[in-house]
Amino acid sequence: MQEFLDLTLGGISAGAVYAALGLALVIIYRATRVVNFAQPALALISTYLAYSVTKATGSYWLGFAVAIVAGTVLGVATERLLIRPLRHRSELSSIIVTLGLLLVLQAIAGMIWSNEPLAFPYAFDFRGRFSANDLFVVLIVLAIAGLVLVVFKYTPLGLRMRAAAFAPDVARTLGVRVGLMLTVGWGLAAAVGSLAGLLATPPFLFPNVLDGVFVYALTAAVLGGLDNPLGTIAGGFVLGVGLSYVSGYFGPEMVTIAALAILVVVLIVRPSGLFGRAKVRRV
Amino acid sequence: MRLTRYGAGFVALALALTACGGAGESDGGGQQAADSAVGITKDTVTIGTHQPLTGPAAPGYSKISVGARAVFQAINDGGGINGRKIDYKVEDDGYNPTKTVEVVKKLVLQDKVFAIVGGLGTPTHSKVVDYLNTEGVPDLLVSSGALAWDNPQKAPMTFGYQVDYTREGKIQGKYIKDTFAGKKIGYFTQNDDVGRDTQAGLDQFVKDQTVVRQGYDSANTDVTPQLSALKTAGAEVVVCECIPAFTALAILAAAKIGYKPQFVVSSIGADPATLSGLLQDFAKRGGASVSSAQLLSGLIGTGYLPDVAQTSDPWVAYFKGIHDKYIPKEPLTNTLFYGMVQAYTFAQALKAAGPDPTRQKIVDAMSSGALKGPGLTPFGFSKDSHSGYTGAYVFKINPDTTTTVIQPPSVTDRGTGAITAYTGERATPEQVNLLGK
Amino acid sequence: MTVRTSLPETRVETAAKKRTLPPLLRHTLFALAAFAAVVLLTLVTDEFTNLRLATIGYYLIAVAGLTLLTGLTGQVSLGHGAFMFIGAYTVALLVKHVPSFPLWADLLLASAAGGLAGLLAGAAAARLRGPYLAGATLALAVGLPALTRRFQDFLGGSNGLSFTVHSRPSGVAVPELRWQTWIVWLSVLIALVLVVNVVRGRLGRDFRAVRDDEVAASLSGIAVGRTKILAFLISAVCGGLAGGLQAFLLGTAAPGSFTPALSLSLLAAVVLGGLGSLWGALWGAVALVYFQAWSEDLADVLHLNTDVANNLPLAVYGVILIVVVLAFPRGIQGGFQKLRGLLRRPAEKKENHETH
Repeated sequence: MQEFLDLTLGGISAGAVYAALGLALVIIYRATRVVNFAQPALALISTYLAYSVTKATGSYWLGFAVAIVAGTVLGVATERLLIRPLRHRSELSSIIVTLGLLLVLQAIAGMIWSNEPLAFPYAFDFRGRFSANDLFVVLIVLAIAGLVLVVFKYTPLGLRMRAAAFAPDVARTLGVRVGLMLTVGWGLAAAVGSLAGLLATPPFLFPNVLDGVFVYALTAAVLGGLDNPLGTIAGGFVLGVGLSYVSGYFGPEMVTIAALAILVVVLIVRPSGLFGRAKVRRV
Repeated sequence: MRLTRYGAGFVALALALTACGGAGESDGGGQQAADSAVGITKDTVTIGTHQPLTGPAAPGYSKISVGARAVFQAINDGGGINGRKIDYKVEDDGYNPTKTVEVVKKLVLQDKVFAIVGGLGTPTHSKVVDYLNTEGVPDLLVSSGALAWDNPQKAPMTFGYQVDYTREGKIQGKYIKDTFAGKKIGYFTQNDDVGRDTQAGLDQFVKDQTVVRQGYDSANTDVTPQLSALKTAGAEVVVCECIPAFTALAILAAAKIGYKPQFVVSSIGADPATLSGLLQDFAKRGGASVSSAQLLSGLIGTGYLPDVAQTSDPWVAYFKGIHDKYIPKEPLTNTLFYGMVQAYTFAQALKAAGPDPTRQKIVDAMSSGALKGPGLTPFGFSKDSHSGYTGAYVFKINPDTTTTVIQPPSVTDRGTGAITAYTGERATPEQVNLLGK
Repeated sequence: MTVRTSLPETRVETAAKKRTLPPLLRHTLFALAAFAAVVLLTLVTDEFTNLRLATIGYYLIAVAGLTLLTGLTGQVSLGHGAFMFIGAYTVALLVKHVPSFPLWADLLLASAAGGLAGLLAGAAAARLRGPYLAGATLALAVGLPALTRRFQDFLGGSNGLSFTVHSRPSGVAVPELRWQTWIVWLSVLIALVLVVNVVRGRLGRDFRAVRDDEVAASLSGIAVGRTKILAFLISAVCGGLAGGLQAFLLGTAAPGSFTPALSLSLLAAVVLGGLGSLWGALWGAVALVYFQAWSEDLADVLHLNTDVANNLPLAVYGVILIVVVLAFPRGIQGGFQKLRGLLRRPAEKKENHETH
């Protein structure tokens, strides 16, 4: 029973991280219909910057703030420089470009900070079955998710962003600055992604540290429906807890196979994810 | 119908080319390369290695070749071995066996290396052993404790380096049985040959006391479920057969769930300098009660090379001199030291191969059993054995992360033979006098 | 996005032949010529270059398969390494456990095993679109190799399997690698002839129709689901063969070889070469092998500090991907076509007006 409880609690905090990175993917997907494979690398660079700032100043929270800002800037720059030129191209083009960016940024991280692991601290005390840090991770992810939902649903900005994404021509005639909205989407997503990176990285930071998290985040987003933030959050937690049970009861080598199995079963029943819209809209 | 006939003809040609008996393995054949001095010129010796410099396995391993290169630089600056400078080519295989085969063939066919030195990893290096032996390329000091390197009949060119996992498991097992009699023991092992071979050694001594076995997968860094299972089973001693990152993860996961077993860690994951580097930043966050020193204090490990913190050791002092001169910015860890000793040992063998080294001569020099150097236990090299270090000492990490030897070096075999104390003398750097005449 | 199967230089001749020679014969003759060219190339290059040629060979068939799937039917697969994984392990297990099987049977079975997996994957994938398919196939690439650690005794755990494949008859005095290169290319060219015939035939038209508009395709009587599954099947057969050839060539099958990075680089090769063109698959496979090699040589030459040197090849590869997609949307093959257009223009002007 205690093991079950431990696995559940561990799964919840792992799931929160998948949910956060998944949310970043969903925001970008909603804005520009692009699956951002560079997301883990954007978060990686922010996290390395946080590491350096924390090291230099001794303040974790200053590093935290720098990471979020840097992530936003990186996201905006990526959209402007690499994604915008691909507006009218196939989805494959954006997959390859973001993949290229992933490689470049991971390589740059290795060049500057080396490929060796660095100790990266937790925000709060990590000790305890559901530690202060676990609580922080879950709460901040839920808070950010709530904030994103509110922004999307109930603010003029959110309305404009949705309009720019789903009906750019109509939006443009109504005076929405479509390009700006897409850039805002990428900035917002990259900020959330950087937060996910900060939460997912501890204890060790190295160039490939977020690869696995990214795969699970994408799985969570696909599970929940790529255009559905709420579904993705749910997908993240379900996956986190599910995989924790698999690791505990069947062995850690079964985790990736289990993720595949869950995904296949869900997608056979619901091809657009558990909470996705039945028909994918074409933009 | 006519069309398919052309296609059929093409296919028939293919069948003719490939239909020559079964594709399966057959014994026999074997290597018969004539003695050669490929890679040796009047003033250089070209050697190569494959290392994971990038990718998921790079953390922890990418610095070994940095240490080795510094030693070769020092040797070259001192005039080289018998007037020859060592050209050390490092190829990145990303711990991907496919790339390992490619880069090793590149080193052999294109760069025409004299020998492969310290190729790293079991999944990677095991794929080139046959090739290197068929081509007659010396394959020296493999960076892995797998048992497969010691096979003089089938792989006469291949020699091990570090103590193999089974030997080390036996020494750990006996120490635990003697020291922690009656206590419950749990294994936490990497789920590949590291774990399998070590357990073969451990089980000779502590099988009865072992209450739980948990494996970890190096692709999955969340080890809390496994530590939680060890705790639930009530293991008081946890034998951790892990690479450094997973030793640190296990220690952190144990701290997280409030579990305080006695950790016994094998040499591959017990480097105090690397571990305290990985754990240092947790000191600042969680308050004074989680300093890296405190997390590590009391940890028991095994080793066969002197610990870099033992500055009074003549070899540590010697290599620290090279480190301070050539790579002062790199943290001096036992991992770096591992690469330095490896390079030095190769240079010793090269010197022993005489003024006109050939591939056969260096193999003979290796198996002569004359190589004595930095290690605290002897190499097993002889005509009949290509085992690297044959034993280990046991140490404990002090509250200030220095180490104390709590059981002097002992040696054993990889079977069921006895464990005996090793009393042989080590040669000092001055006695080896590598760069002298 | 037309699929070109003839050399640019010989376009005129093949156009003429088109009237006289049936396509299968034409493709077979062309494949024979290509095989002769490869043999010639292996004879004038050293052994290590032979290995690189062979590597290009097995990548070529994998990339060609993926080109058929992604370029022709528009299904994006991020998991094609999984089919190579299956092919490689099929050959490995056959060599180890059924040593009496000849190599061609091993390779056929590797292709079949890949095809079977492709059939299953295709059936699951037929209902998925775009990013959902991408996510599911990525999970396939990540998840499948983990099976080796579940069945350690049979599949060798994370160390995988290593073995020697005997293919060279004892009487033949050709260096082993050269012989292997021939076998690889022969198998690849046979498979390519079949693929090209599919692409140029009715099925190829169905594929394109499905890619362009599923509704229109289904209105005109094409079974959309079945067509998509078929594309997956053919593509996975190619992947299985590629994996089998890799295992044959290198004598290894290990999970560490079939990382998601492999699957992603196969897709990158499709785009680099030129989406939807089988010639593009060739350039993509060449790029896969040589960009990496060149950037490693570059890092060696520059004498950089280790951290920079170690990561330089990765950075160069990433930059190439970005630049090619941004500046050459139709990949290397598109670049060639543009170049040819530029060269031809002056000549054409004399005779007729530019028509495009």
